[in-house]
Amino acid sequence: MTWRPRLAEGTAPVLVVLFVLLLGLAIAGPAYAEPSGYLALLKRAAPLMILAIGQYFVIVSGGFDLSVGALVTAGVVIAARLINGSESATARVILLVLGFGLLVGLVNGLVTTKLLVPSFIVTLGMLLVLDGAIFLWTGGAPRGALSAGFRMFGRGAVEVPVLGEVPWSVLILLAILVAAALFMRGGTGRALVAVGDNEAAVRLSGGQVDRLRLLAFVLSGLLAAVAAILLGGFAGVSAQVGDGLEFRAITAVVLGGVLLGGGRGSVVAAAAGALSLESLFTLLNLLGVSGALESAVQGVIIIAAVAYASLGSGVRQRLRWWPKQRSSAAPAQPASS
Amino acid sequence: MTPGPTTSARLTGITKSFLGVPVLRGVDLELRGGEVHAVMGENGAGKSTLLKVLAGVHRPDGGTIEVDGAEMSFAGPTDAQRAGIAIIHQEFTLLPHRSVAENVYLGREPVRRMQVDRRRMMADTRELLDWLGEDGIDPADTVSSLSVAQRQVVEIVKALSTDARVLGMDEPTAALADHEVELLYDLVRRLRERGIAILYVSHRMREVFDLSDRITVLKDGQFVTCAPTSELTSEDLVRHMVGRDLGEYYPDRAVPDDLGAVRLALRGAGNDRLRGLNLEVRAGEIVGLAGLQGSGRSAVARAVFGVEPFTRGSLEVDGATRRVTRPRTAVRLGIALVTEDRKGDGLALGQSVRDNTLLVRRAALRGGRSREKSDVAELLDLVTVVARGEHQEVRFLSGGNQQKVVLAKWLAVAPRVLVVDEPTRGIDVGAKRAVHELLRDLARRGVAVLMISSELPELIGMSDRILVMHDGALAGELPAGASEGAVMALATGHGIGEVA
Repeated sequence: MTWRPRLAEGTAPVLVVLFVLLLGLAIAGPAYAEPSGYLALLKRAAPLMILAIGQYFVIVSGGFDLSVGALVTAGVVIAARLINGSESATARVILLVLGFGLLVGLVNGLVTTKLLVPSFIVTLGMLLVLDGAIFLWTGGAPRGALSAGFRMFGRGAVEVPVLGEVPWSVLILLAILVAAALFMRGGTGRALVAVGDNEAAVRLSGGQVDRLRLLAFVLSGLLAAVAAILLGGFAGVSAQVGDGLEFRAITAVVLGGVLLGGGRGSVVAAAAGALSLESLFTLLNLLGVSGALESAVQGVIIIAAVAYASLGSGVRQRLRWWPKQRSSAAPAQPASS
Repeated sequence: MTPGPTTSARLTGITKSFLGVPVLRGVDLELRGGEVHAVMGENGAGKSTLLKVLAGVHRPDGGTIEVDGAEMSFAGPTDAQRAGIAIIHQEFTLLPHRSVAENVYLGREPVRRMQVDRRRMMADTRELLDWLGEDGIDPADTVSSLSVAQRQVVEIVKALSTDARVLGMDEPTAALADHEVELLYDLVRRLRERGIAILYVSHRMREVFDLSDRITVLKDGQFVTCAPTSELTSEDLVRHMVGRDLGEYYPDRAVPDDLGAVRLALRGAGNDRLRGLNLEVRAGEIVGLAGLQGSGRSAVARAVFGVEPFTRGSLEVDGATRRVTRPRTAVRLGIALVTEDRKGDGLALGQSVRDNTLLVRRAALRGGRSREKSDVAELLDLVTVVARGEHQEVRFLSGGNQQKVVLAKWLAVAPRVLVVDEPTRGIDVGAKRAVHELLRDLARRGVAVLMISSELPELIGMSDRILVMHDGALAGELPAGASEGAVMALATGHGIGEVA
C-alpha cells in the first residue's frame, strides 16, 4: 500500500491563511526578517494555542467550553494570592492551579453528561460563577505577587542545543501539541471525533460516550490552567487577564476548519488557527490599525469561517447537481411535450 | 351528479423511481366518494409512496392524476390540498401545547381586523367536530390533554377543514390501543357516509376486511389487482401480496453437522414491547425473524443488545445467564448488532472507512487488545468494500459499501452472536448477494446469526429456521423454505395454525 500525506478536510485553508499572514509579517515588520521574531510571536501565541487545543477537544466532540477565559483569570489570581512572592510555594501552587483547572473541567463535563444540560449553558454558568467568585475574593484588585520561578514559564527561555535560546512557553506548547496530535491519532481520539459526528453510532458500538465527553472537558480545563500559568508569567497579575479568551479560542478553532457541532477537523489545524489569529493581530498592529478593532476583526472572522464551511459544501453540491440536471432534462423535453 | 358513488380522484399508470430504483411501476387507482378503498401490500410494495404521490409530496415520473375529471399536476402538498386531497400521515403533526382549534387552523388562521379571529376559529372547529359527531372534544382543549385517538380525530378535522373530499390515511391504527381502534372504525364509517373518498393504507388484514369496500393490491411497486372486498378472501389476498417466484440465488443452508451449541437463548424474556419470548440460536445457524412493521422484530434486536433491555425472563449467551442492560455489555459478551438505520446509528458518516471499521474495537475494548495496524485491510477485503482508500469518508460510499463497512466494524471484534436488522435495505443486488454470502460464511465459522428482514424472499432464502412475530410475541416457527403465505399468515395474525 502506498502512503500519501493527507490533511484532514478543512485543514488546507488555515495553512494558506497562516502562510499569507506570516509572509505579510515578514514584509511589514523588520523584526520578522529573522527567526527570533517568529519565536517571539510563537511565545506570545502559546497560551492561545494551548487554549485552542483544549477547546478543540470539546468542540470536536460536539460541545462548547465558554469557561476557559474565566478559568485563566482564576488560575492567575489564585496563584498570585497563594504564592505571594514566596519562591518556596511555587511548585505546590502550580500543581494546585492545574488541579483547579482539572476540577472545573470535571464539573463542566459531569453536569453536561449526567444532568444533560447543554455544554453551552453549563460553561456559560461556570464562566459567571468563576467571574463572580474572583470578584468576591479579590474585590476587583488581585492581591499578592507571583514568584520568579512561576513567571519563568511565561517569560523565561532555556538554552537548547542547535536552536539556541528557546522560550519555555514554546517548548511547553510543542510538547502539548505533539501529545495532542498523537492522542488524536489513537483510538480514544478517533472515538472522540466519532462522538461529535454520530453519538448513537458510538454508543451502539459499545463506546462510553459520556466518559469521552467528560474527558474532553477535563482536558480543556487542564489546558486552560496551563495557559493561565504561561499568561501569568507573560502578562503579570490582573483580574482581566483571561477576559474574552474563550471567544478567541473558539474563533481560533473555527478558523482552523473545525466543524462547530463536532465530528470534523484536526487539532493541529486548530492550533494553526490560533497562531493565525495572533499573527493577524500582530500584523494589524504593525500596520497601525487600532487595537480596539481586534474584537470586531475576530467577529468577522468567526462568521466568515463558519459561512465558508457551510457555504463550501453547498457550492460543491450545486456544482455536482447542475450538469446532471441539464443532461437529464434535455432528453425528457420531447417526451413530455 | 350521477347516482351512485362518483369518482373523486383517479391515478393512472403512475411510475416513480428513487435514485434509479423503481418504486412504483404503473399503478392505477380509482377513489370514489363514499367509499373506503384499501391499498395492501408487503413492506416496500409502494403503498406509502403512492399515498405521497396523491398528496403531492412526491412528483410522479409518469402517469396522470385526475381529480373530478380534471387532470392535475401537483407542485407540492399545497396544490393537492387545494384540489381537495388531504392525508393523515403516520406521524402526528400537531403542536402539543396549542389548542385543538389553533392546530386545525395552523398557518391558515382566519383574520379579522389584523388579529386572529379566535371566535370564528373556535366556531368553525366546533362545527366540523359536530359534523363528524365528535362531541368529546372541545375546540379549546390543549392537544397534549387529549388521548392518542382524540389526537387522530383532530388530525382528521384538520384535514377536513381544507374542504377535503379525498382523505388518505397511512396505517392509521399503528399508534392506537386496541379499544381505540373501534372508535377509529366508527369515525371512518361516518366519513364514508358523508361522501368522503377514503384511501386506507394498511397491512393489517382484519382492518381491511372490516372497513373497506374495495381493495387494491400492490406488489413490488406493481398493480396486482383491484376488486370489491366482498369478492376476496384473506387467502386470495395473501396470494396476491406474496405471489412471486423465488428466482433469486441464496447460499446453501446449514446442514445438521454445521450446527453447534446454543449460543443465544431467550427464556420467557419480555419488556414493555415484548412478551414471553422463548428462542434459541445455535452456532452455525441463521435464524430468520419475520413480522410486520411494529410487530416487535426490531425490539427483540434492541433488547438482546441492551438498548431497551429485557425486564422479564432471562437471556443466555453460551449457556450462561447474562444481564445485558447496555450495548457495551453486549459487545463485550460477543454480541453484535447491525441496526436497520446504518446512517442514523450504524456509522459515523463524516469519519473515514478505517475509523468506522475500528470503531467498535476502539470504543468497546481496552487498548491492549487492539491490533489496529495489522488487519484493517484484511477486514475490508473480507467484506469486499470498494472505496478509494481507507481514508475515504464513508458518507461518499454507496449504500452497499456502507453496509459492508458496518459488517467490517463488527467482524473486527469477532462476535459470537450477530443480530442483523434489515441487512440489505436500500442496497443494490450485487451488494445484497455479497452480504448474504458473508452472513452464511460467518455462520459456517460458528457465529449464531439472528436475521430480521421485511423482505420475505430474503428471509426465506437465507434462514435455517423462521420465527414469526406478531404483536410483541412469537406467533410461530416455520422450517427452512416455508412459503411466503405461511409467514404472512402468521405475521398478520390471521388464521394462526390454519395455513402452514
